[in-house]
Amino acid sequence: MLELAVKGSKRYYGWMALLLGIAGVGFLVYLKQLDFGLGITGMSRDVSWGFYIANFTFLVGVAAGGVMVVLPYYLHDYKAYGKVTILGEFLAIASVVMCITFILVDLGQPMRVMNVLLYPSPNSVLFWDTIVLNGYLFLNLVIGWNVLEAERNGVHYQNWLKPLIYISIPWAVSIHTVTAYLYCGLPGRGFWLTAILAPRFLSSAFASGPALLILLCLVIRRVTNFDPGWKQIQSLAVTVAYAICINVFFLLCEVFVAFYSQIPEHVDHLLYLFVGLQGKGAYVPWMWTSMALMVAGIILLVNPITRKNELTLIVGCICVFFGCWIDKGLGMISGGFVPNPLHEVNEYIPTLLEGMITIGVYALGFFVLTILFKIAVSVKEEVRA
Amino acid sequence: MDTSRRRVLQLLGLSAAALSAPPVFNALAKEAHEPAAAPQIGPSKEALTAKQWAMVIDTPKFKSEKDVEPLVEACHKIHNVPHWDEKRWEIKWLWATHYEHAFTGTVSRRFVAEEVQHRPFLVLCNHCENPPCVRACPTKATFKRPEDGIVMMDFHRCIGCRFCMAACPFGARSFNYRDPRPALKYTNKQFPTRMKGVVEKCSFCVERLAEGKMPACVEASEGKLTFGDLFDEKSKVRELIKTHYTIRRKVNLGTEPAVYYIV
Amino acid sequence: MNDKKLIVTGLVIFLIIVLFPFWYNRGRAVPPPEVKLTEQAKAAKECVLSKDYMRSEHMQLLDLWRESVVREADRIYTNPKGKQFVMSLSNTCLDCHSNKADFCDKCHNYASVRPYCWDCHIDNPKENS
Repeated sequence: MLELAVKGSKRYYGWMALLLGIAGVGFLVYLKQLDFGLGITGMSRDVSWGFYIANFTFLVGVAAGGVMVVLPYYLHDYKAYGKVTILGEFLAIASVVMCITFILVDLGQPMRVMNVLLYPSPNSVLFWDTIVLNGYLFLNLVIGWNVLEAERNGVHYQNWLKPLIYISIPWAVSIHTVTAYLYCGLPGRGFWLTAILAPRFLSSAFASGPALLILLCLVIRRVTNFDPGWKQIQSLAVTVAYAICINVFFLLCEVFVAFYSQIPEHVDHLLYLFVGLQGKGAYVPWMWTSMALMVAGIILLVNPITRKNELTLIVGCICVFFGCWIDKGLGMISGGFVPNPLHEVNEYIPTLLEGMITIGVYALGFFVLTILFKIAVSVKEEVRA
Repeated sequence: MDTSRRRVLQLLGLSAAALSAPPVFNALAKEAHEPAAAPQIGPSKEALTAKQWAMVIDTPKFKSEKDVEPLVEACHKIHNVPHWDEKRWEIKWLWATHYEHAFTGTVSRRFVAEEVQHRPFLVLCNHCENPPCVRACPTKATFKRPEDGIVMMDFHRCIGCRFCMAACPFGARSFNYRDPRPALKYTNKQFPTRMKGVVEKCSFCVERLAEGKMPACVEASEGKLTFGDLFDEKSKVRELIKTHYTIRRKVNLGTEPAVYYIV
Repeated sequence: MNDKKLIVTGLVIFLIIVLFPFWYNRGRAVPPPEVKLTEQAKAAKECVLSKDYMRSEHMQLLDLWRESVVREADRIYTNPKGKQFVMSLSNTCLDCHSNKADFCDKCHNYASVRPYCWDCHIDNPKENS
């Protein structure tokens, strides 16, 4: 099926060239980082994880979000999703590719990354994260590819795929749970030390992942002859609407626990993010924007009139996606590290160079995504014709 | 542990085999009377040992920054700890902070004697009995030495993921955001520097303990710091903990820090 | 298959590129390196283990030393002759072999290996000339 990715229009080739160009620029900046060290980023002794890990965390969510189409289709036999399941799986693949790349660019000594396998340390959550992420990548590749190939050949997919499909569902939950455990098991980081972190990660994942999928489906509707279906998009929109409500509810639970208990270790991080602490508050406008976006997303997607209108649906999905990105990416990482363990406030501001590397990684991810979607859409067009 | 032990044996065997090769054997036959024995590896005779090293800091003896500087200087000098003007790249093993920063969550500066408010409190890696950084490390590059409880860094193995920095509740760890060498004001050629991309921290001066010397800061402190075995009833640190009221940083987190403060 | 010609041409080009180092360097041989010993090393006559062993396996020994010192808290190595050494690259190996350029680099360059030992360990710790 790979040949389908090579045959394309000029527009397709132009888009791919553009993505490769951006990824190339990112790679050049990465070479600079490799030579100079992570000192080109805004990270510091106090905020030792930054933009890369923030985007990694967010994208694990997008990857896990794919399960919101896989689960109804395979477990509840929701036939309508037959058209979009493959898109969900392929989106998950591209997201995991970005996740792994973000981890790699964040390492101080990337050439030693195999030490994780050479000296396996089951004590470390990062060890488990490596396993679940690569496992999820593998599962989706095998499942997505074989199911699509079967569809192309007009046969039912092989029986041995069934168990893999069933495993992939809890596995999707596991990747984001383990990613949350990276943070919430650390003593002395009050902002992360909360049992609701994994559920909160999952709720935002099930909002932002399908929101992106809706947007991608609408793009496919425009630029190809394959229609993922309005009904499917509407079902996904309902998923996004509930998930974002739950996400905001979980966030409010956090706010209640922190502010009613008034334990400084928990309150101060929220204060830093939303009103500033000790005169520093670079994230205050971002956090309020995030809140506004998520509330706007709820209003637009819960209300059936705006959800069923294509334009307001698009706006709603964009609101949810970027609201979650700010909240879970920027806020979650920076907020956890500020104030530091000695209760000093040293802020983290990403630099231009790490921004360029980040954009490069996204370009790489979208390159992979476009190839996969191109294959999927071509097969769907072929089958229909 | 198991694999490394096996490797030691393998290598010892290998080197023994190499020695039995003809040219070497001839050379040996001339000089040595005893048959060639296998090479051996062991601790140095003069090494100081303990079950769990611990430190007691007599804070009232530190009046101002001036009392702290020689200790920090001694530590950073012999360990080639770089000095960056850019705060983001800062690396420190041992430093002084204020009362309420050293003991966040436990104390507050309100109504405390002026002298305590201004007193410098030394902070460093606590070499916890139950270290969260060791739990977090995905490669065992940071580990707790079973021999003496020191939380060590293997700079050769560290991949620079900085999970240990997030896990440490005491902010004791620093990361080499750049090659540290240009920022060295003074180089101790007998001690390695670090390379960019690895995490570092205080090691309770393992290299000095192995030579029978006290840690550099303890030596420079002129009795303000006491170092010894926490699990030896007769040690000086135990004596001080018994006879003085001491506190530790963030005991509520259960990491069991091995640095005690007389306040 | 009508693409026979194309495939063969492609294969030939591929082989030419892949075998570049061989045909480019044909007939030429770089002379084996000659290392110089410091006076201190000459006087010591033998290294920790035999010269042959050290020449081919010193990296294995260094790896063993590193594991023992950093991870096992053992610092003393007794060689088969009963001679003791402190297992330290900086203070034992590089103290005697203080001429990195004429000793270490010679073979490393010849073999085209770039060990990063010196990123951290400082050569010539006592500044012997």
